[in-house]
Amino acid sequence: MTSIAEAAPNRSSGAVLAGGDERPHSLGLLVVAGILWLGVAALVLAWPDAQELERTGTLGGIALVLGAGLLIAAVIGRFSVRAAAIGRVAPWLVALALAVTAWEIVTAKLDLLPLPFFPSPQAFVEVYTDDWRRLGDSLLNSVLLLVRGFAIGAAVGFVIGVALGWSPKVGYWIHPIMRVVGPLPATAWLPLAFFIFPTSGSASTFLIALATAFPLAVLTWSGVAGVQTAYYDVARTLGASPRFLILKVAIPAALPHVFVGLFMGLGSSFAVLVVAEMLGVKSGLGWYLQWAQGWAAYANMYGALLVMALMCSTLITLLFRLRDRLLAWQKGLVKW
Amino acid sequence: MVALAHKPVDTIAGAALDVRNIDHGFALHGDYLPVLEDVSLRASPGEFVALLGPSGCGKSTLLRLVAGLDRPRRGHLLVDDVEVLGPDPSRVVVFQDPTLYPWRTVWRNASLGLETRGLLKQHKHRVDDALGLVGLQKFAKAYPHQLSGGMAQRASLARALVNDPRLLILDEPLGKLDSLTRLAMQGELTRLWQARGFTVLMVTHDVEEALLLANRVIVFSDRPARIRADLSVDLPFPRHRDHPELLRLRREALGLLGLGGDW
Repeated sequence: MTSIAEAAPNRSSGAVLAGGDERPHSLGLLVVAGILWLGVAALVLAWPDAQELERTGTLGGIALVLGAGLLIAAVIGRFSVRAAAIGRVAPWLVALALAVTAWEIVTAKLDLLPLPFFPSPQAFVEVYTDDWRRLGDSLLNSVLLLVRGFAIGAAVGFVIGVALGWSPKVGYWIHPIMRVVGPLPATAWLPLAFFIFPTSGSASTFLIALATAFPLAVLTWSGVAGVQTAYYDVARTLGASPRFLILKVAIPAALPHVFVGLFMGLGSSFAVLVVAEMLGVKSGLGWYLQWAQGWAAYANMYGALLVMALMCSTLITLLFRLRDRLLAWQKGLVKW
Repeated sequence: MVALAHKPVDTIAGAALDVRNIDHGFALHGDYLPVLEDVSLRASPGEFVALLGPSGCGKSTLLRLVAGLDRPRRGHLLVDDVEVLGPDPSRVVVFQDPTLYPWRTVWRNASLGLETRGLLKQHKHRVDDALGLVGLQKFAKAYPHQLSGGMAQRASLARALVNDPRLLILDEPLGKLDSLTRLAMQGELTRLWQARGFTVLMVTHDVEEALLLANRVIVFSDRPARIRADLSVDLPFPRHRDHPELLRLRREALGLLGLGGDW
């Protein structure tokens, strides 16, 4: 056998080495961060507040626990790789300690910034310690609404996209509709949707589904339409049925496009979610923002914004994970 | 060498091919562009027929018709006296590009023909055998982008062989390989053909390749393609490039292709 052997490229070695390199340096910085956070605790607890605040003790306690924890992690990090991994975020922890210090001084301690627009760190903490039930409930309702709308929209958009890419007959009817109606922002349907649907929840679900479905349908369509005919030829000569061509050739080949569509759909679904909750739905983070603003409770608003940011970034991260899993074959083929 | 005793040769004898008065062409900017004109040829079971002709003369079109991917405008295509009405896994094409599915591993690419027919569960060993036959068993779990050009073309050959084809249709299968890989794969093609006994219909631009591999070399004219000559190459395998008979045939073939004076 005359085999022209070539090893498959080995891609794993570089990253591991780089991670090991950082270790001693970050551990030193971890100690710095720990000391700084202990300093924050001392500042918060020892310096009397200029404003009347409830949660100064809690904030000090959090800073104390964090500082001590970081110092302990730095010690354990000498022996354990897992603890040393915290060292990667040490520069951020240092920066955050400095930022919180500055924030604490200009608000709670010296009262330099006007209230209620610039609440102190402890007022921020208070939002989570005192209003976590309402905030958690809002988060849950937002997530449920978003997931429901996104799932429906993704399913519908995907099916429409595949049908458009596959069948010229479907394309003839759907394409003009998509061209005209598709670019309309989903929020433009809001008044109509709240009028047509029996509940604001179902109206919002519809709008989120709409916002998701359009980009996904367009991207899936272009993905399916762009599949090389040679891929079909190969499968056809091997006896593939049309069903096989769609499910096992067209869809996997279009999947990178589908994921671009999913990311775009998720992004626009966030926008619709917030607007819908502000305008009609009586729960959720958008509603909470509106409610907090009505009471001039700016700390609550910032608190809700942070929760919303974390929710959105978590959902995006989950979608990235799903893509990494389904499109693992693209590794080394495409620069992400 | 890998084991040749994959199956007794007589159980997968080649198919007989009968191409009768084929006309074919395409609509191009409103005009009709004739590509094949009154093409007739026969291949006996187990024969290796090479189609040689100028670039773009319509050889690949003929292969698509034989594969059943397109239907001819006029004429008949018979494989074992049965009219070709569509693709069939017994007539497998190996294209110039390997066209492996990038989202499937080599093994899953090779198993495609069994999967389409729902035979994969009972016949997994056939995939392993075919990969062994082309020397890729160690790369079963690799993805196509991790393979060299030669390895990818072997994988596509394995994907064809899994189906135990009776007629193997090769559309310039070695056209894009570097010359060393090409020489190695030419030897392997001869070996596989002799071991498995299928009929081969191969399009190539390479006169020498045609003469090295085939029993018969059919020379086509420029478009619309007509058959200009049917050369039979009656030499034992393995053949040597500098065999005097082969050199004589090469001169003849090149002459037919209009390159006689330069050689």
